[in-house]
Amino acid sequence: MQLIKKDILDMESLSSDEINLILDTAKQMKEISQRPIKKVPTLRGKTVVLFFYEASTRTRGSFDIAAKRLSADCHSIAANTSSMVKGETLLDTAKNLEAMNPDVIVIRHSSAGAPHFLAQNTEASIINAGDGMHAHPTQSLLDLMTVKEAKGHIEGLRIAIIGDISHSRVARCNCHGFTKMGAEVILAGPPTMIPKGIEQLGVRVTHDMGEAVSNSDVIMMLRIQKERQKGFLFSTEREYARTFGLSLKRLEKARDDVLVMHPGPINRGVEISSEVADGPHSIILDQVTNGVAVRMAVLYLLAGGVRHVDAH
Amino acid sequence: MLTLIRGGRIVDPGNMDGVGDILIEEDRIIQIGSNPDPGSAGLSRKPDRVIDAAGKIVSPGLIDMHVHLREPGQEYKETIETGCRAAASGGFTTICCMPNTHPVNDNAQIVEYIISRAKKAGLARVLPVGAISMGLAGNQLSEYSEMKNAGAVAVSDDGRPVSDSLLMRRALEYAKGFGLLVISHCEDLSLSANGSMNEGVTSTRMGLAGIPNAAESIMVLRDIALCELTGAPLHIAHVSTKESVEAIRRAKQRGIPVTAETAPHYFTLTEEAVKNYNTHAKMNPPLRTEKDVAAIQEALADGTLDVIATDHAPHAETEKNLEFDQASNGIVGLETSLALGLNLVGQNILTLPALIEKMSINPAKILGIQNHLVPGAYADITLIDPEVIFEVDADQFKSKGRNTPFNGWQLKGRALLTMVGGRVVFEDL
Repeated sequence: MQLIKKDILDMESLSSDEINLILDTAKQMKEISQRPIKKVPTLRGKTVVLFFYEASTRTRGSFDIAAKRLSADCHSIAANTSSMVKGETLLDTAKNLEAMNPDVIVIRHSSAGAPHFLAQNTEASIINAGDGMHAHPTQSLLDLMTVKEAKGHIEGLRIAIIGDISHSRVARCNCHGFTKMGAEVILAGPPTMIPKGIEQLGVRVTHDMGEAVSNSDVIMMLRIQKERQKGFLFSTEREYARTFGLSLKRLEKARDDVLVMHPGPINRGVEISSEVADGPHSIILDQVTNGVAVRMAVLYLLAGGVRHVDAH
Repeated sequence: MLTLIRGGRIVDPGNMDGVGDILIEEDRIIQIGSNPDPGSAGLSRKPDRVIDAAGKIVSPGLIDMHVHLREPGQEYKETIETGCRAAASGGFTTICCMPNTHPVNDNAQIVEYIISRAKKAGLARVLPVGAISMGLAGNQLSEYSEMKNAGAVAVSDDGRPVSDSLLMRRALEYAKGFGLLVISHCEDLSLSANGSMNEGVTSTRMGLAGIPNAAESIMVLRDIALCELTGAPLHIAHVSTKESVEAIRRAKQRGIPVTAETAPHYFTLTEEAVKNYNTHAKMNPPLRTEKDVAAIQEALADGTLDVIATDHAPHAETEKNLEFDQASNGIVGLETSLALGLNLVGQNILTLPALIEKMSINPAKILGIQNHLVPGAYADITLIDPEVIFEVDADQFKSKGRNTPFNGWQLKGRALLTMVGGRVVFEDL
């Protein structure tokens, strides 16, 4: 099987077969990163543009390393240096990037749908590296890979995602990703942080942290952003930490083999305590390692071998 | 110039409904009925032009109470002339233009400017709507008396809603004293916040900030309370939600002098239209859900909603071909409104006379203007072919705006001829 997509825009549009293909490919890619010489010539002569219109350390670095390990030429454009700050529209920027004939454009943008807009206006393959509150498919793929690696399977697992679901593209993507692969997803957070109608994505919602923690195979904590206090989403960090933070005490109620995840960057002492983040259940750094593998896989599947045949 | 419109079905609710002829001399109707006789009107000559209206509908000129003409200030989006041309082509003889121009229409000079530009274009009657507050800034009432004397028919906060309840109360009271209508854009800005579409499962899926129904209905309820308090006539613009409809229905039952309009997109489309981040379906208030569409249709049928107005909002392509949350709100409507209205007739939601009430008779009543087809009246007439099927082609619009979610739609029914004051301003016979 091969991926016949032009773009990777969200998890909703990926089939479970396609997800499995990406995860299997990523497994092979991971092996490359463990070699003394961490480079293969697979994407030699291919150009990857990293177009980040929003701050990012981890994701951008991960794509950069992934592209270089596959020998692609990787060029990075950040928002503060791009012509975006000079008032150029996304469409014009896209056309200008296109004129340089890149094979893949990796985009992060604060507006939901910006990668879709780019995909409709460019020949290059588009990988969404996070668009507003909408999607972050490579994060979901690396989460799936990490869970599968640790548990051996995804089907039948119970995944709790806890925190500000409303503003989280990671949560949305993982609702699609994990349910598509046969896991049960339960979301937890105060009602102010649960978006309307999210149950229709096939997930369960609880406002009881204890219920979410007990009996889950995986607990995924989401970052709480302090500026959300202004939107009246929560009261104080102190109260948040005590009601929805993952402390050692809370973790005692969880299963012995529970896995703790976090897409980062973490707020130590707010949504997750240091003891938990650095503790034996945590696979947070494995997520980062697998991030490179997953991104190598999608770059390879989109830019390597035969060019896609369909428009979308 | 003597013109005879012959053999059409004249549909003028409250006045007549039947096959007949209309004889027009210069700018006015001189006779109406079957076989009018120029001789009996003291005219010995034959008509200079006979318009065969057999099988067609002859309606009092359509009136659109809610249009953005963009001039002065944003002529790249639309001018008074192109907007009026679009109106004529859509069958409208009279349009009200909203005050959010640059500079804002908050004084007599701008009112006069708009009217003089419209007269020069000579394509439609333009009735300016002044700003509720100076610069639409919400700090100070604008000059209602001066604007009224210059020709304004109403005041509105369209595009920049009045958050301050005291200002809204005073606007209603002040406007009442000068015989001006207050048209309210009902939106609680703190609730709609950064939203760019309806709040619900679709916004959740798409990762877009949503605007809840309550952002509209909370202000509808406030303004109804202020309308009751002041006794001043209030007209609620572009109603989009079930809850607003229910509030207006109850208010009318209690005898509060409130009227209301909706736009064709709110009785035709749901939030599904924004899928794939289609900015041509982005507007404020946003497209809602099926239950809202059903409530809007029901409210049109039972009279809770008095008027169909377009909220014609032309934008340049560069303002729409953007990231969804960055794109401008609004769509053009003048050239698709009649066909979308006739679609309600086709679906047996409205009768044809009821549609003409919503698009002509009621707006005239609310604005206090005479628009019936009677001898002595200005000949503002729309000739409609209710059967012709056509495909919407935005590139052929007379408006500068191409921003419509209906491009490519097959629609049924359109204006064949539009006459303003006896002059044919559009025809496609």
